[in-house]
Amino acid sequence: MQRCDYQLSQLDVLEAESIHIMREVAAEFERPVLLFSGGKDSIVMLRLAEKAFWPAPIPFPVMHVDTGHNFPEVITYRDRRVAELGLRLVVASVQESIDTGRVAEETGRRASRNRLQTTSLLDALEAHEFTAAFGGARRDEEKARSKERVVSFRDDFGQWDPKNQRPELWNLYNTKIHRGEHVRVFPLSNWTELDIWEYVRRERVELPSIYFAHNRLVFERDGMLLADSEFARRDENEPVFEALVRYRTVGDLTITGAVKSTAATLDEVIEEIAATRVTERGQTRADDRASEAAMEDRKKEGYF
Amino acid sequence: MGRDILRFATAGSVDDGKSTLIGRLLYDSKSIFEDQLEAVERTSQDRGEEYTNLALLTDGLRAEREQGITIDVAYRYFATPKRKFIIADTPGHIQYTRNMVTGASTADLAIILVDARKGILEQSRRHAFLTTLLRVPHLVVAVNKMDLVDYDQKVFDAIHEEFTAFASKLQIADLTFIPISALNGDNVVDRSVNMPWYEGSSLLHHLENVHIASDRNLIDVRFPVQYVIRPHKSTDPELHDYRGYAGQVAGGVLKPGDEVVHLPSGLTTTITHIETADGPIAEAYPPMSVTLRLADEIDISRGDMIARPNNQPEVAQDLQAMICWMSDDRQLSARTKYVIKHTTRTARAMVKDLHYRLDVNTLHRDESAQTLKLNEIGRVSLRVTRPLFVDDYSRNRLTGGFILIDEATNGTVGAGMIIDAK
Repeated sequence: MQRCDYQLSQLDVLEAESIHIMREVAAEFERPVLLFSGGKDSIVMLRLAEKAFWPAPIPFPVMHVDTGHNFPEVITYRDRRVAELGLRLVVASVQESIDTGRVAEETGRRASRNRLQTTSLLDALEAHEFTAAFGGARRDEEKARSKERVVSFRDDFGQWDPKNQRPELWNLYNTKIHRGEHVRVFPLSNWTELDIWEYVRRERVELPSIYFAHNRLVFERDGMLLADSEFARRDENEPVFEALVRYRTVGDLTITGAVKSTAATLDEVIEEIAATRVTERGQTRADDRASEAAMEDRKKEGYF
Repeated sequence: MGRDILRFATAGSVDDGKSTLIGRLLYDSKSIFEDQLEAVERTSQDRGEEYTNLALLTDGLRAEREQGITIDVAYRYFATPKRKFIIADTPGHIQYTRNMVTGASTADLAIILVDARKGILEQSRRHAFLTTLLRVPHLVVAVNKMDLVDYDQKVFDAIHEEFTAFASKLQIADLTFIPISALNGDNVVDRSVNMPWYEGSSLLHHLENVHIASDRNLIDVRFPVQYVIRPHKSTDPELHDYRGYAGQVAGGVLKPGDEVVHLPSGLTTTITHIETADGPIAEAYPPMSVTLRLADEIDISRGDMIARPNNQPEVAQDLQAMICWMSDDRQLSARTKYVIKHTTRTARAMVKDLHYRLDVNTLHRDESAQTLKLNEIGRVSLRVTRPLFVDDYSRNRLTGGFILIDEATNGTVGAGMIIDAK
């Protein structure tokens, strides 16, 4: 792991930085929460939290913003992992937000619950008085995210103001907020997709099975393979077929695309990612395709 | 095994070809993906631009693309088999100082772009000064657009000479000059065939090979206590009395068995274990995040410092510092009060005196200055409500740097670098 000239590998440096961030936030905020979707980034983030406070348990709960359109494999994984670590799980349910009239379900063929998540997330942060929410977003993912701070301020409406962000110098993070405001914290800011996968391999982190090649019933839309499910709103001209696929990202089942792949092991997945010429969000996220500034617009409203 | 990480900041405006250079580094290292490139090509075409505008890759915000300017630091990533690179891409217009200081604070290296046709400009001097103020250990002057001066060695030599003369007034540890054409790729990734007179390495080769391991302070042991780990597991007798001091090593090399001193108490004890979740380790050094266990029960909390009895930081409530002011709407002046955050310790600070404001272009000191406004730099005396454990910024960036926070708005309004600590 370490060399004689006190050099550390990139994964060691990234891990040390992430652990520093998590300890800093746990020390300075009264009520942090870790946003956990069961996707690979939040899984790595949870693993880093486990390491940061070892041998003590993780000193904050985890929250899942649940659109109701889940991959069953991911929910099984979530529940098992939370039980293993003895954590409290808070579920912010989009269905509940719809039922209580906080949001209205979108209509039409391309309706999704992606944008509705923001309300459920902000409502839950407020109800539980969480003051800091750890998110697994990375700066390499998307151009609005490349401008994001590690500790990122949100006003009392949960809004992000990208033109008025607090400068971040050295390893010093400004954790001051007023009542009603909160911060989003991104410990994986400097990780790339490949770093995540190499860390998963090094740490032998278990992932939900859908990240590896498997046979699935899918249909094609806009060049993406979407899973056929009870939630899918398919057209007549979108026939279902079986394909060998895996997921590169895990989100709402109705808008997360699968990629054709034969990569069934970690080594094969890493080989595939190292050679890929398309970003993970570009390839597999319908939510980012709405417009060039789709992510920025959602983030300003309080999205992840 | 494995790659290490080099963090670098790029200084220059769009006109200097900075975005083109970053675009080329990303493109040639296969770090630009097809969908990103397609999006940029589409936008360029929509706007009727002749060439694909690679600046669109780094300008991520709607307002930036609309106005054609860069508002904020953007972070970019690429890797070669040798290294992972983190680029802090800082904009070139008015808010330059704040953003460059931010980007440079964590940078191992800075690239200053100089247009070969224009030579050294005022902004080149400013970039060089800020780089040295922030103690970026390595500086590369990339003389760009060599294709537009017929790859003439005389042009390069003149810039080299002029910059070297200017730089002798600054403390630059490692200064390298590379003639390039970002547009054509000369000396960016591969050595240029157009400039056989240049015998140095290409920019990427330099970035891959510049030696950064010894830039860290491995001499002065500094361990700011960040978080006290107490599992309180009554069922596990092993953990019942466990008390670990977690933090990120800010300097020196720590080993089990070392005698250490705790500050502010001044009590000495011995490190019994250095632990991580992966097990005990034999030594810890920057930037590792570890947990120390000590032989004696001392009252230690967050914000305290662990050092060596014969090598301690200064314990100070009166500080001398250079401040870069970062607030749009508030000014620094004598008697103003702020929250100060230094390592893991937070206190309140009052500005006792503003000694002078520094003109970052001429290095002239204006001793009549009463205030510091956005992007201005000056020397101040501060009085702090509780002792801080400090080193000269030039000796250790992590124990010599601090931020000032406005008590009313909670904004980060100033970045400070300690000088004249003992």
